Amino acid sequence: MGMTTAQKIFAAHLVDEPFAGTKVLGIDVVMCHEITTPIAIADLMARGKDRVFDNTKIKAVIDHVTPSKDSKTATQAKMLRDWARRHDIKDFFDIGANGVCHALFPEKGFIRPGNTVIMGDSHTCTHGAFGAFAAGVGTTDLEVGILKGVCAFREPKTIRINLNGTLPKGVFAKDAILRVIGELTVNGATDRVIEFGGPIVDGMTMESRMTLCNMAIEAGGTSGICAPDRVTVDYLWPFISDSFASKEAAVAEYSKWASDADAEYDKVIDLDLSNLTPLCTFGYKPDQVKSIDEMAGQPVDQVYLGSCTNGRLEDLRVAAQILKGKKIAPTVRGILSPATPQIYKDAVAEGLIQIFMDAGFCVTNPTCGACLGMSNGVLAEGEVCASTTNRNFMGRMGKGGMVHLLSPATAAASAIEGKLADPRKYL
Amino acid sequence: MKTFGGPALFLDRSDINTDEIIPAKYLTEITKEDLKPYLLEDLKLPGFDPKSDKTFGAGAVVTRANFGCGSSREHAPWVFEVNGINVVIAQSFARIFRQNMFNCGMAAIELSPEKIDQLFSYAGAADAAIEVDVANTTLTIKGGGREESMQFEISPFDKALVLAGGWVDYADSKY
Repeated sequence: MGMTTAQKIFAAHLVDEPFAGTKVLGIDVVMCHEITTPIAIADLMARGKDRVFDNTKIKAVIDHVTPSKDSKTATQAKMLRDWARRHDIKDFFDIGANGVCHALFPEKGFIRPGNTVIMGDSHTCTHGAFGAFAAGVGTTDLEVGILKGVCAFREPKTIRINLNGTLPKGVFAKDAILRVIGELTVNGATDRVIEFGGPIVDGMTMESRMTLCNMAIEAGGTSGICAPDRVTVDYLWPFISDSFASKEAAVAEYSKWASDADAEYDKVIDLDLSNLTPLCTFGYKPDQVKSIDEMAGQPVDQVYLGSCTNGRLEDLRVAAQILKGKKIAPTVRGILSPATPQIYKDAVAEGLIQIFMDAGFCVTNPTCGACLGMSNGVLAEGEVCASTTNRNFMGRMGKGGMVHLLSPATAAASAIEGKLADPRKYL
Repeated sequence: MKTFGGPALFLDRSDINTDEIIPAKYLTEITKEDLKPYLLEDLKLPGFDPKSDKTFGAGAVVTRANFGCGSSREHAPWVFEVNGINVVIAQSFARIFRQNMFNCGMAAIELSPEKIDQLFSYAGAADAAIEVDVANTTLTIKGGGREESMQFEISPFDKALVLAGGWVDYADSKY
C-alpha cells in the first residue's frame, strides 16, 4: 500500500512513538511571533531552560501588532526581540523588515517540500502549500519545539480533495476553499490532513495554493497539503539553485514527497468547480457560505484587504484591476495591508498602491492587526466588514462586529459599491 | 494525584470558538493570571452570564461538539486553568485546543452525544458537580439528588501528559 504525503513526512521525521498512534516528530522549522512566543520564553526562563535547540531552524517575526500600540504590546515585542538577540536567531524580522508570518516566511524561502513546520498560530497550515507538514500549535508545544525540536501528533489521516474543471472568470482560490469548507463543515477535517489536488490545483500559483492551505484549519484540519511540482520549484528556485543541477532535478527530488498513486485516504472528495460563482460567508462560521448572487446588496462599513490568506501580490493585482480609475463608496472605509514589505515594494513599483490610494483606500504597513481585532482596523459594535481574511467568528474583528469572508476581487467590488457586490461585472 | 472537576458549567452549543473563550484583545497579557477576569467574556448564549458567580465558581465545563475551534492560543485553556476549571467535557474538540489542554496537564474528555445528553440532564440542578478520575478514566456527576458515573476513553499519551503534569516536563525528561 502506498503512502500519502503526510505519512511519508511522518515516517521520515519519527523520533519516538511513546504510545501506539502518537508520533513524536523532529521539527525542521519552528516559527515564532510576538503574541504566543513571549509567554513560552517566560516559562522557559522560569524553568531555568532558556535555550533553543537550533537557532538556524527557528524563525521569528513581530507581526500581529506592529508598530506596538501600547506598553503591553511593546513589552511583548521586546521580549521576542531580546530573546532573538540572546540566542543569535538570524532569521528575525522586526520593524522595517517584518510582515505577516505566513506570507513572509515562504517569501524568504524557509519552507521546503517534506519539511515539518510548527508555529504558535493556527494558520501555520498555509505552509503545506509547499508539500510540507505544517501545523499550528499552542504555546506549550511551541516551547517544547524551541527547547527540543520535537512535537507530538496523532497518526494523520488524509482527506483528498480533487478540484476538477477550471475556475470561471471572477472565481479564485479563496472561493474554492470557501466551497471546500462549506462541503466539509467547520470540523469535518478534525485530526485530518486535507490534501488538495486535481487540475485546478495543478494550475494554481504558489500564492493561490497558500490561500487554499491557509484555511484548512477552518474545516478543523491539522494541515493542508499540495504536492510539490514544477510550480513549487519555480517559486523556490532563488533559494535552492545551488543545491540542484537543474529545475528538473529539483522537481524529481521533491516529487518523492507526493502521495503515491495507491495511497490510502480517509475520504476522497471530487468537486467540479467549473460552475462555481464568487462566494461569501453570511454567518459566524467559515462553513456558512453562499453565492455572491444571494449576498449582493448587503451593506458593509469596512472593506479589508490583507492577511495571511489574501495579502499577497496576486491578490493586490486583481483587486487593483477592479479598482483602477474608480472610487470606493463614501460610506465605506477601505483598508489595505500588503502582507510583507516586499509585496508592498512590488505593489508600489507596479503602480498598484497608487490605484488603491486614488480609489480611497488607506494603506497600512504589513501586519495581522485587523484580522483578529488586535490593532488598526477594529470594528465598532454592529459594524460589518467585507474581508479577505480567514475567520468570521462573532466579534473577531472587534466586539459586536461581523465579518463576511470573500476573495480580493469580491472585496474590491464591494468597496466600490459600499455593499457586497459581484466582482464579475468589473473584470 | 491532582483532582479534576468541581461545580459544572453547562455551555449548550457546538463550535464554541477560542475568540469566545478569550478575545484576542487580551492576548497582550503575558501572565496567565492576568487573563482571569475575561473568562468566556464574548460568549453569547441564552441564560449564560459570563460575569456571574456560577461562571467564576465552576470547576468543570460540559459542552457540545467542536469545542475550542479557531485560534491556537493556549490562553483559552489558561483562562480556564486560572479560574479553577481543569476539565472540559465535550462531544468533540478542535485538535489544537484539545492538545493544549493535555499539554497543560488538564483534561479534555470526549463522550458520545448520548452521554453528553445525560450530563446535560443535570443542567437544571443548582448543585450539579462533576468529579473526574483520570487515572481510572471515570467521571461522576451529582446534582439535584441524583448521581451517576460513566467511563470515558483518553489516549494513553494524553493520560501520560496529565499524570506527568504536562508536556514540558514529559518532553524534557525524555527527549
